[in-house]
Amino acid sequence: MSHEATLHTSHDAHGHHDHHEHHQSFISKYIFSMDHKMIAKQFLITGMIWAVLGGLMSVFFRLQLGFPDTSFPWLETILGKWAKGGHITPEAYYALVTTHGTVLVFFVLTAGLSGTFANFLIPLQIGARDMASPFMNMLSYWFFFLAGVVMLSSMFVETGPFSGGWTAYPPLSALGSASPGSKTGMDLWIVAMALFVVSSLLGGLNYIATVLNMRTKGMSMTRLPLTVWALFFTAVLGVLSFPVLFSGFILLIFDRNFGTSFYLSDIFVNGVGALPNEGGSAILFQHLFWFLGHPEVYIILLPAMGMVSEILSTNSRKPIFGYMAMVGSMFAIAVLAFLVWAHHMFVTGLNPFLGSIFVLLTLLIAVPSAIKVFNWLTTLWKGNIRFTPAMLFAIGFVSLFISGGLTGIWLGNSSIDIHLHDTYFVIAHFHIVMGVASMFGMFAGIYHWFPKMYGRQMNSTLGYIHFWTTMTGAYLIFWPMHYEGLAGMPRRYYDYSIWESFKQFGDLNRFISIIVIIVFLVQLLFLLNFFYSIIKGRKLTKQNPWDSNTLEWTAPINPGHGNWPGEIPEVYRWAYDYGKDGKEFIPQNVPIGDDESHH
Amino acid sequence: MTMYLSLAVILLVFVVIFQIAKASEYVAVLKGEEQNRKQTNKINGFLMIAFLVLGLIGVWYCNKLYFSKSLLSVEAASIQGEKVDMMIYWTLGVTGVVFIATQILLFVLAYKYQEKENRKVYFFAHSTFLELLWTSVPAIVLTGLIVFGLKNWSFFTSEAPKDALQVEVTGKQFGWIFRYPGKDATFGKKYFKVIDPASNSLGLIWRDSAELNLKDDPYSHDDIVTEGTMYVVKGKPCKLIIGSRDVIHDVGLSQFRLKMDAVPGIPTTMWFTPKYTTEEMKTKTGNPNFQYEISCDQMCGNGHYSMKGVIVVVSQEEYDAWLAKQKPYYFSAFPEKAPVEKAVEAAKPATEMKAAATDTAAKK
Repeated sequence: MSHEATLHTSHDAHGHHDHHEHHQSFISKYIFSMDHKMIAKQFLITGMIWAVLGGLMSVFFRLQLGFPDTSFPWLETILGKWAKGGHITPEAYYALVTTHGTVLVFFVLTAGLSGTFANFLIPLQIGARDMASPFMNMLSYWFFFLAGVVMLSSMFVETGPFSGGWTAYPPLSALGSASPGSKTGMDLWIVAMALFVVSSLLGGLNYIATVLNMRTKGMSMTRLPLTVWALFFTAVLGVLSFPVLFSGFILLIFDRNFGTSFYLSDIFVNGVGALPNEGGSAILFQHLFWFLGHPEVYIILLPAMGMVSEILSTNSRKPIFGYMAMVGSMFAIAVLAFLVWAHHMFVTGLNPFLGSIFVLLTLLIAVPSAIKVFNWLTTLWKGNIRFTPAMLFAIGFVSLFISGGLTGIWLGNSSIDIHLHDTYFVIAHFHIVMGVASMFGMFAGIYHWFPKMYGRQMNSTLGYIHFWTTMTGAYLIFWPMHYEGLAGMPRRYYDYSIWESFKQFGDLNRFISIIVIIVFLVQLLFLLNFFYSIIKGRKLTKQNPWDSNTLEWTAPINPGHGNWPGEIPEVYRWAYDYGKDGKEFIPQNVPIGDDESHH
Repeated sequence: MTMYLSLAVILLVFVVIFQIAKASEYVAVLKGEEQNRKQTNKINGFLMIAFLVLGLIGVWYCNKLYFSKSLLSVEAASIQGEKVDMMIYWTLGVTGVVFIATQILLFVLAYKYQEKENRKVYFFAHSTFLELLWTSVPAIVLTGLIVFGLKNWSFFTSEAPKDALQVEVTGKQFGWIFRYPGKDATFGKKYFKVIDPASNSLGLIWRDSAELNLKDDPYSHDDIVTEGTMYVVKGKPCKLIIGSRDVIHDVGLSQFRLKMDAVPGIPTTMWFTPKYTTEEMKTKTGNPNFQYEISCDQMCGNGHYSMKGVIVVVSQEEYDAWLAKQKPYYFSAFPEKAPVEKAVEAAKPATEMKAAATDTAAKK
């Protein structure tokens, strides 16, 4: 609390002249900023750039999948030798698939999502002037930035970027002789990921410390908005699991460069001969990877869940149903997240008994997930719903979470996974439940908190167009993929035409590719709306545009560094008093009235 | 040129949509925010129901189009696969009901409780009964699926029957090598450092080596090695002993509904009992080109998508006839040791042996 007190006094001493207070230069305000709000925007915009790049990569490889026989000369113009004759080469295809996965999972849906909203919302919603350590917070962004620079540079090396899939399983990722992408491209990939882990840890520790220590007076843990709970659990997951991934990468670096045999054994590479390595286990890496990899799914999903809970409640004008059950189910998900990693490894030759345990624990996750879904539905029931663009995306999130979550029950059961593992069924499952759903959570968050970020409104008509086309497109793209998966159609194939078992889906692949292009273009429309609104959007006239209860809306329309010009408001109630005692809403900083009923 | 043209068209569409959206914002300001919100609320409420109805029709239509192209429309070709299909149908039943019910609830609630002038919202923050209800019901249903699933899982991963046909499957970038134990029914030892792609693709130990501390293993002398195509017997359990020469691969058997990784240094196993011969499947599927394909299902490098193997399921007699034609791999490395009258034929490369094998299959 002392930190807050210091900041607080300095504010009092300078009165309310926020703009005189810090004498910030351009560099300290916009580049090496230590203001959590500016860092949040940096994360957001960097994340958007990566989302466009990652999305564009998917457009490129979908062109190959949808139109394997068509030549696109302009691809050669852009990609050069990677698209000779207008056809993407297998090397380039695999590099695109790999980078698309890595970038979307880590740079967009981890850094872009938690980086943005944990930074922006935690201090504003708990009533703090800034993060526990603004300097660490700044470092967190710049490590992320560096990770991005290194990742980007890996696309320009002679042998191409890493192309062994985002999961980077050795021996493929360890042996430059087995795949050109595993040469310099892989070195850069590991360096980028290591920098990313550092960024994520700096951020995560900060978020945890801030939530635990810097809540304003009256803001007990059980009065925290669900967004903050979600971001808190996310940070805990990251801090506990990213180091394991890091250690996995260190061992991989040793195997690659210093002749150790952690992951390597009994290998004979065509054209090279037998390698000296003996006694390693390629499966060890998978354990280390998925020990992060599965919590990572929830690192991506929980922030979206938190924001969706908040937005559903605010726009239904009704309290979130079962607040404690929502917190409890997030806790359960966070704990189970660490106990299910081997369900990615049912067919690696894992001990079948161990597999059984992981089936049990994996399917257990369906219970807290069901609680969340039904609580969201009950929140809508008998509400008075305002369909803001954010609300639409929140509803879309619930729909996608149901659709993708249910197929998790298929894949979590090893005796079905034994057929569907690594097929398009898996692609459909995780893109719907983790990729698109979280992206919807992110969109919801952006539309909802944009007025707080920039003091302006986004254009809602564009928001509606954005939602309905993306929602329809997402289902059109991923729903039919379930059928491809049921046919056993494997992931990560460059071409299916030689396969008697899978070539019947050529038309479907073409259809999906066309929808992908349209949906990608619609996202550009969203970006146009976003950046245009920053500069020319309608200025906010109401301090609290959504009639929301949470503390961020008590701060000025354009809060300066320190968030509240005067005292930080005190909190007297939870964040969900909507429609209580016939009142439209009662913000958290309003004291409990004498005649107020208990809920 | 077409590229610039399409870019220009896209840009134009963008500008038009953007202008319409801008205009609607001005209209909103003129009409009054409150009025405008009510109107867009109605539109979006209607779209919720429209999306639900069209979506459910879409689900039905998609099934109509693609069910016949998925494998479920053809019976699984192994007794293990039958059980996988049963699991899929049960799980589909359970999740399908939940899917339809919750999606309908979601969109109908959103439609029904859209903002209305005089509606008083129901301040409903908590209900222990409801929360226990939707904790316990999923838990009970899931228990059923888990028990059912694990019963099958323990069958799939059980020890193969003693009389099972044994085949060793080895993945390499980018193809499959198969080994049969030969007359002695025992696989000879192998060591990766004596692999020679030309004459000893699996590294069978058939020479002494003081340097590597190896002793010639006579069991390896009658082992039969083929590439690309393997033969198994209808109705007879087949145990695969799976390994890899370089990176991780995966033996994906879609029609048998099974798969297992091929990991260098760590052998894995899988067994299945084929129900139909390849010929029978041609009739069943109505596809004269039908093949049981082995697809590599684990990313293994730039040729991953072309790493195809074929399993030919035949009757016992056909299998015996095929096997009788196979020559031990040993003789292709040591032609001088082959029985005299057959020395020339045995020295033929593996591909020709495979061609001979295919002939046998075709003859029947």
